[in-house]
Amino acid sequence: MKLVVSVSPHIHRDISIPRIIYTVIIALVPAFIWSIYSFGIRALWLVIVSCGVACLTEAIVQILIKKRRTYFDGSAILTGMLLAFNLPVKVPLWIPIVGVIFAIVVAKQAFGGLGYNFINPALAGRAFIVASWPQAMSSLWSAPKFGAISDMNVITNVAPLGVLKMNSGNPAIVSMLNSGESIKNLFLGVYGGTLGEISCLFLLLGGIFLIAMKYIDWRIPLSYIGTVGILMQLFYMFGITPVNGIFHILAGGLFLGAFFMATDYVTSPITREGRWVFGVGCGVITVLIRLWGAQPEGVCFAILIMNCFVPLIERALKPKIFKQIKILS
Amino acid sequence: MIARRINVWKHFSDGVTTNNPVLVLMLGLCSVIAVSTNALSALGMGIAFTFVMVCSNVLISVVRNVTPDTIRIPVFIIIISTFVTITDYVLQAFMPVIHSQLGIFLPLIAINCIVFGRAESFASKNKPVASLFDGLGIGIGFTIVIFLMGAIREILGNGTICGKMVLGKAFAASPIAFMILPPGGFLVIAFLIGMKNWLSNKGEK
Repeated sequence: MKLVVSVSPHIHRDISIPRIIYTVIIALVPAFIWSIYSFGIRALWLVIVSCGVACLTEAIVQILIKKRRTYFDGSAILTGMLLAFNLPVKVPLWIPIVGVIFAIVVAKQAFGGLGYNFINPALAGRAFIVASWPQAMSSLWSAPKFGAISDMNVITNVAPLGVLKMNSGNPAIVSMLNSGESIKNLFLGVYGGTLGEISCLFLLLGGIFLIAMKYIDWRIPLSYIGTVGILMQLFYMFGITPVNGIFHILAGGLFLGAFFMATDYVTSPITREGRWVFGVGCGVITVLIRLWGAQPEGVCFAILIMNCFVPLIERALKPKIFKQIKILS
Repeated sequence: MIARRINVWKHFSDGVTTNNPVLVLMLGLCSVIAVSTNALSALGMGIAFTFVMVCSNVLISVVRNVTPDTIRIPVFIIIISTFVTITDYVLQAFMPVIHSQLGIFLPLIAINCIVFGRAESFASKNKPVASLFDGLGIGIGFTIVIFLMGAIREILGNGTICGKMVLGKAFAASPIAFMILPPGGFLVIAFLIGMKNWLSNKGEK
């Protein structure tokens, strides 16, 4: 028997970074297939280009600055995939390319690579694109093959949160958005939106799979989605938003963000209490942006803002070491 | 005499390189980020700043021995804002376009922390000639950095430099508007600082 003298921990789970990341990618595949099915083959090209450029950029940067080469550990592919999932299907191909280069070079490698980035690279890339080319990101929505959320011709913007932002005073449209039919379509993903966000059902399946594998913590998605749902339902009761909480949690990128972006190991807190705070904070900011912000959707910026608060959360909620005595000065 | 000349040259070059106000001391970033959205207004800001910097440094140095220590800050403020007012009126009269582009950030030179920092840490302790070269070095170091930032941000964020189109029509039609926004300014300044550190580390090896 071979004995090895080493410091603890002595019992390892046979998981590694590539294995975790590729599992996350597998968990995204159902939603990906659904988006190819509903938006057509262009969705596939967008994701392939985005992932390819991500790997290539990571490889170039790591070779140039002579760092350990880890471009096939999946993190670059995941960044590319998540970024492409945040784009409407009709964007020109150079947009994901530029966004991915920004995400990898500035948000990830400039801070030291995987494990050192303080914000989620994919979301940083998306924020960069939204700030630079808002037209391309907001006007190129396309309806999936099933048509928009309803066949009402007055709606030119097919993303439900955009419809809500523009028509919140129109009772016919609001009651249509609130109907059970609309909720069902939102849950199944039969409406327009960005590539990966539309099917709550498949995102939920992927998320539950990851939680069951214990690769992500259930606290962040639950507290995030729960906060948005409860707050929006309260605001609905007080008449501040015309649609109910269930519409708000199903519409837009909340499921994608809560299960696959807010749970990023590097940019979320490590303590349980911290994760609750993080999720609730994301939820509150999302609600604020959706109701009072200029943009219809706030998931991206909510997660980015809370990413910046993570070090503070960790410091505030540092667990007490056994028998630690607090010395009053 | 030779030793003194070397000393003076050192005061000047320190301001541009090892004591660069933006890249090393990281002072006055507010006006740097706000004004460097295009190359021309950045250059205007740099020149106006250099003028105020040099004149106030010299005058503060001249009066340093008759200034009571307890009221030195009000004295600095009066001297600095005198030169800022001169710059403000001159620009308003002769270069109204630049003046309107700089807006509030021109009068704000009066409370710029670089000017105050040099007044407190250098001019009030050194002779007028040394203070002149220190002010010149700091001012030119500031101008170089802010002009570089303005040029980079204008090229990437607008596709132009000093109003002339570069990089072609296709780029100018959908430029990286992010670069004109404040986060783009922080990004450019971060990369410039990184480059400066990389160069000076390379020089040491």
